[in-house]
Amino acid sequence: MKRHLISAADLTRDDAVLILDTAEEMARVADRPIKKLPTLRGRTICNLFFEDSTRTRISFEAAEKRLSADVINFAAKGSSVSKGESLKDTAQTLEAMGVDAVVIRHGASGAPYRLATSGWIDAPVINAGDGTHEHPTQALLDAFTMRRRLVGHDAGIGKGLDGLRITIVGDVLHSRVARSNVHLLHTLGAQVTLVAPPTLIPVGAEPWPCEVSYDLDEVLPKSDAVMMLRVQRERMNAAFFPTEREYSRRYGLDAERMAKMPEHAIVMHPGPMVRGMEITAEVADSDRCTVVEQVANGVSARMAVLYLLLGGSEPAVTTTSTPRTEESK
Amino acid sequence: MSKILIRGAKVLGGEPQDVLIDGETIDRVGTGIEAGDATVVEAEGQILLPGLVDLHTHLREPGREDSETVLTGTRAAASGGYTAVFAMANTFPVADTAGVVEQVWRLGKEHGYCDVQPIGAVTVGLEGKQLAELGAMHDSAANVKVFSDDGKCVDDAQIMRRALEYVKAFGGVVAQHAQEPRLTEGAQMNEGVVSAELGLGGWPAVAEESIIARDVLLAEHVGSRVHICHLSTAGSVEIVRWAKSRGIDVTAEVTPHHLLLTDELVRTYNPVYKVNPPLRTERDVMALREALADGTIDIVATDHAPHPHEDKDCEWAAAAMGMVGLETALSVVQHTMVDTGLLDWAGVADRMSFRPAHIGRLDGHGRPVSAGEPANLTLLDPAYRGVVNPADFASRSRNTPYEGLELPGRVTHTFLRGRATVLDGTLA
Ligand SMILES: [Zn+2]
Repeated sequence: MKRHLISAADLTRDDAVLILDTAEEMARVADRPIKKLPTLRGRTICNLFFEDSTRTRISFEAAEKRLSADVINFAAKGSSVSKGESLKDTAQTLEAMGVDAVVIRHGASGAPYRLATSGWIDAPVINAGDGTHEHPTQALLDAFTMRRRLVGHDAGIGKGLDGLRITIVGDVLHSRVARSNVHLLHTLGAQVTLVAPPTLIPVGAEPWPCEVSYDLDEVLPKSDAVMMLRVQRERMNAAFFPTEREYSRRYGLDAERMAKMPEHAIVMHPGPMVRGMEITAEVADSDRCTVVEQVANGVSARMAVLYLLLGGSEPAVTTTSTPRTEESK
Repeated sequence: MSKILIRGAKVLGGEPQDVLIDGETIDRVGTGIEAGDATVVEAEGQILLPGLVDLHTHLREPGREDSETVLTGTRAAASGGYTAVFAMANTFPVADTAGVVEQVWRLGKEHGYCDVQPIGAVTVGLEGKQLAELGAMHDSAANVKVFSDDGKCVDDAQIMRRALEYVKAFGGVVAQHAQEPRLTEGAQMNEGVVSAELGLGGWPAVAEESIIARDVLLAEHVGSRVHICHLSTAGSVEIVRWAKSRGIDVTAEVTPHHLLLTDELVRTYNPVYKVNPPLRTERDVMALREALADGTIDIVATDHAPHPHEDKDCEWAAAAMGMVGLETALSVVQHTMVDTGLLDWAGVADRMSFRPAHIGRLDGHGRPVSAGEPANLTLLDPAYRGVVNPADFASRSRNTPYEGLELPGRVTHTFLRGRATVLDGTLA
């Protein structure tokens, strides 16, 4: 693995499978009475959030605490970072404090890359979402969820998502989740189709390793998983689509549409769900919808990433006696 | 006044000749000129050009003296072989009155490194709403003939039309920063494959091309002269080519960085590559080179845009747009145009001195290297190869995209009306 996790596009298939396998191991910890491993005891991890995201921050924090790391939460509100240098200043403060890893969420695309490559800081950097660029741990938890549901828990160990057909629906243009998923799912062998109105597909997406369709109904019967993206109502005012009604009519997922999917197919959503426009309550509450699992899997996937970037060569879960294959590198 | 004999220089890249400067003017050009009491500059193997003229420089004074001043900017210009620069109007306060343009013009005179010809704002405060006092700026000591809201586009078609018409009264020209504002809201880089991948807001080529198309048609309709700043796309080239073939009085400039760099560099997220208009694709770069070679693009202008370190040493979205360029322009042009065989040195003289001076109607610059002409001259060693080191810059700012890059050519001497501003590669 590389030293940092900035982009899902940087992960090789082996890296990605290793993370998913490790996450599977981490998931077992959650089933124990004491949900804690000593793995990162004495290590300090900073969650550096320049943009609000309670969900993501809590998920990382839970992952860090389950690995016994010391956690510093640093939240910088948008207004105080209007002067550009604050990212650098903050990074150097953390460096001086001897932080062992930085989990960064930032409203500007590329901020984690800058942090990792500008020599401001030595610690590994984990991208927890940057602008409209990437959100690699979200893609990892999504892939983990798909593998568990569509390949199997133990049966999935060592495997990718080969041959699975994944459809991602909604505001691809502004979605870091979509960008990360397109890369990671492709790396893991899945076939990805993006479905959105043409205004919400970026100009220049042609070389992406996926298909693009404007017709959800046509794609649904050929989907093993359908990932609904959040669509912000503000996009309507910026003329990305005419009305909320028209958007739901063409790209929303309701029970009638869900019925066109194969029986085994699942519905995913990165959350938080706004029931109505992109997904109806009926679909969101159905047992084919994995939103709640995704949250739990997020902790496991992030534990795996933290462990692999920081943990070194010990097996992650020392108390399990399951024999491990060659894994740590 | 002192005499200087430049011995054996290739004038505009031609056969070696001697050039005798007497006082502020060129006294003689020929072979075997006796030195007499003149100071001799041995210039064998070097190229002698008319002093370069930059139609697009940001000197930042008044208002942002932490990035650049008229003094540091003109020292940078002299180092780069320039004898005249046109200073853009987006200062604080904006150069939209006779008072501000005269102040900038006077500072240039006082420092004496390079003639500074202020550009006046087209609209009050660059706000695009009300015409600035264009006539008063023209009538001032600064004698302004070029008007631009550069940094912003004059996007209101009616204001643009009126500005084009109005400046005809005194032979002025409107220099347009072509950027359709609605199409570039939140724009961070060229819109295309790289922006899609990086998740950075796109600046589409059509936002430039649509304004150029509109403005050449306006210029045709009212019979005026329009100049297009920092043209950056293959499509813009086609529009200008069409407009010229139709007889429209349009001129255009390209920056050195748009002749060399592409948006692939933005993958580094290093804000040193953040510039407006943004770096485009390889295809655009090649089209710009060809257009400069065939004369569709008239001139090279630097868009020298100094910024202090802290405005660039940050995340991409927060960084200021712009690059310094005065000190590297000639090297980049040699590298992209001369060493590639697209342009000879006479062509360089044309694109970097004769034509920019003509577009700006600047007297005393962009003149032939011949007897009786003002001794504004630049001597360059084309065989030199060196790695760009921003620490050597005379500019107060260091935001160059070429740091660490090996580029050819070095200005050894610059003469402003017979006086050396650069002597043996060092500022005088
Ligand atoms: Zn401009």
